[in-house]
Amino acid sequence: MSTPSGAGDPGQTADRSTPLARTTPSGHSDLAELGRSEAALRAFLHGLPAVDQVGAEQRAAMLGTRSIKTTAKAWALDLAIRMVDLTTLEGADTPGKVRALCNKALRPDPADPTCPAVAAVCVYPAMVGVAAEVLAEAGRGVTGSGGVHVASVATAFPSGQAPLDVKIADTRAAIAAGADEIDMVINRGAFLAGRYLEVYDEIVAVKQACLETDPGRPAHLKVILETGELVTYDNVRRASWLAMLAGADFIKTSTGKVPVAATPPVTLVMLEAVRDFRAATGRQVGVKPAGGIRTAKDAIKYLVMVNETVGEDWLHPDWFRFGASSLLNDLLMQRTKLRTGVYSGPDYFSLD
Amino acid sequence: MTAFEYAPAPESRSVVEIKSSYGLFIGGEFVEPTDGAMFKSINPATEEVLAEVAEAGPADVDRAVRAARTAYEKVWGPMPGRERAKYLFRIARIIQERSRELAVLESLDNGKPIRESRDVDLPLVAAHFFYYAGWADKLAYAGFGPPGRPGAEPRPLGVAGQVIPWNFPLLMLAWKIAPALATGNTVVLKPAETTPLSALVFAEICQQADLPPGVVNIVTGAGATGRALVEHGDVDKVAFTGSTEVGRQIARSVAGTRKKLTLELGGKAANIVFDDAPIDQAVEGIVNGIFFNQGHVCCAGSRLLVQESVYEPVLEALKRRMTRLRVGDPLDKNTDIGAINSASQLERIRTLSAIGAQEGAEPWSPPCQLPDRGFWFAPTIFTGVSQAHRIAREEIFGPVLSVLTFRTPAEAVEKANNTPYGLSAGIWTDKGSRILWMADRLRAGVVWANTFNKFDPTSPFGGYKESGYGREGGRHGLEAYLDV
Repeated sequence: MSTPSGAGDPGQTADRSTPLARTTPSGHSDLAELGRSEAALRAFLHGLPAVDQVGAEQRAAMLGTRSIKTTAKAWALDLAIRMVDLTTLEGADTPGKVRALCNKALRPDPADPTCPAVAAVCVYPAMVGVAAEVLAEAGRGVTGSGGVHVASVATAFPSGQAPLDVKIADTRAAIAAGADEIDMVINRGAFLAGRYLEVYDEIVAVKQACLETDPGRPAHLKVILETGELVTYDNVRRASWLAMLAGADFIKTSTGKVPVAATPPVTLVMLEAVRDFRAATGRQVGVKPAGGIRTAKDAIKYLVMVNETVGEDWLHPDWFRFGASSLLNDLLMQRTKLRTGVYSGPDYFSLD
Repeated sequence: MTAFEYAPAPESRSVVEIKSSYGLFIGGEFVEPTDGAMFKSINPATEEVLAEVAEAGPADVDRAVRAARTAYEKVWGPMPGRERAKYLFRIARIIQERSRELAVLESLDNGKPIRESRDVDLPLVAAHFFYYAGWADKLAYAGFGPPGRPGAEPRPLGVAGQVIPWNFPLLMLAWKIAPALATGNTVVLKPAETTPLSALVFAEICQQADLPPGVVNIVTGAGATGRALVEHGDVDKVAFTGSTEVGRQIARSVAGTRKKLTLELGGKAANIVFDDAPIDQAVEGIVNGIFFNQGHVCCAGSRLLVQESVYEPVLEALKRRMTRLRVGDPLDKNTDIGAINSASQLERIRTLSAIGAQEGAEPWSPPCQLPDRGFWFAPTIFTGVSQAHRIAREEIFGPVLSVLTFRTPAEAVEKANNTPYGLSAGIWTDKGSRILWMADRLRAGVVWANTFNKFDPTSPFGGYKESGYGREGGRHGLEAYLDV
């Protein structure tokens, strides 16, 4: 048996076992050790099974051809509304804008009391106080079950290019002002430079800040990978595992501030990661595609993907969210269409 | 009952109008068979009769061959390639325009899910006609011209007798008719007896495209009709896609005649998964390799060879994925696996599966509710299969996968090649050099790398060994219809 010259040694079997093979119960303690060594972390992340770009995109496209009609559509639209993190992240945000957004979050369709509330509002740390106040006043306190959560971006969102102590202070301030969910960004510069341990340590530090809040209510940590800057699906899978190993409660695709935001194949790769992570560790992590999801049709495609990739355990606002703003009105419009049989038009839904 | 239960999403049947009875398409028009015999084509998902179809006898076949001969000599043979191309482009466009109708018809008559007939079969059918339409006026540059005379047009063969199977009725028709017509031959085509309807609608499309009478003739019927066509003395070229057993009979019958022959026969393809494979995509490829079109695919990846070091995670992921397969109404847009094409094919799948279990392999199927009527077989994998098992050697032609393991690349090659067939193979690895190393050694006409069951009109397709000879598709596909 000859091997082609200059082509390494393809005739030989690779002797590394894949992480999938390692994701047996005996692997648990190993995973906890990974954060102590750059080399171990790198070896683990680079040993994850590869993602074939064409195959992943093809699978995502195929799932997009599912045809969700009638009762299934009604169920999916309501679920999608309950999964929305209604978001405003603009320099021009004001208390007035945020109050309006909170009211919209509580009663997305004032004309229909059966319409569910969204999962959370997502704002900058400076606006958290206003949002927390409105949502608390509504009698649906942030800690109450079924209440609308207050999510805040933090850690020098959206670039993440700030010293760690500034990021921690940012996080603590948001929590102190009333946020119970923190959407942090990872340090993409460090990730792309291969300094995985630095990224890991930052997530661990922010997670620590989320756990040690004054009222003793730990904030939920969503880790934004900014997949549009990671570019390859292999990077997305590695960053997903890195975030989960470091303690992320959710992994989130994007800030919405770079040209490429959430895409179906990126979300598919992340869903596969949370599925495999739970199989390996027993801990379930949520997924949040954010940015670029504007239509009910797209949202339903994501729910199909959740259903057929990770199953119904994730079909709940505790485990899957949409980071979006204009999506909500299309969901409401489609919901009304399904109930009444006629399209009402955008003027019948509030623009907040 | 799962939380997210997809409501039925049936494609409308009203887009296709099926006549109660079809004659033979000879000389540009539908004619009654000489002896008046008719047979029925049924919907395998419901066993409902779709239409009555004429059974062509030897006299009818003779009539069709004569019509083809006349058209070849008077019209199609002398016609310049650029003029033939216009007809082929027109046919391709009509197929695109009527693709929804044809997709529904194909699913009704064949049992394949509408998602596949809509997203795979019909786009490929149109693409095949477009592709060969483009060749019609460029044959002088295809490399098959007379030696020593650069720029001279190669000559067509004459009348082609073509016999196609039931697994991709319209796509196999396109693979046969498009290159034959582009090169200047005329054809008599016999569709399979269980799936004649899309070929008959194709005959209507030929009329709609004003194709000169006799260039395409469609004779419906079973094995006897096919034999009459293949053995007809005035046929210059025989092209057959189907079982190796029938292919052997055809090879015998044309031996010693002037007829040129191409055969595309069975397969028992190895789908080889290495330990560095992109596992999630490999699992999709395994599923697509064996459950696409209910496994009624000659190049199906029916033998899964998994490297032992990843056997368990791959099997676990495969089983998890299989529980998501939706088996049922072929016309439901969310169906992944439709009906088995016929009672006799179902019987064969059942028999071979039973033998697999008897020989000690272990079957596994996801829980799935099969419809009461029609022909159905749950997607099945057999583990603990060795090379000696019949389910590892014989083509089952159904949704049944045999799982084997290997330790080294050399062993994978050895096992993959250890079959009388050699139609296709798949390699799953993240290492490019290994793909090339493997592809050099696999004795299979098509080797897919990190994908499976991908087809394109520009790519030649055909077998080694008992999978047949000759190539269809691409520039190579022209050769089978030219006097070279």
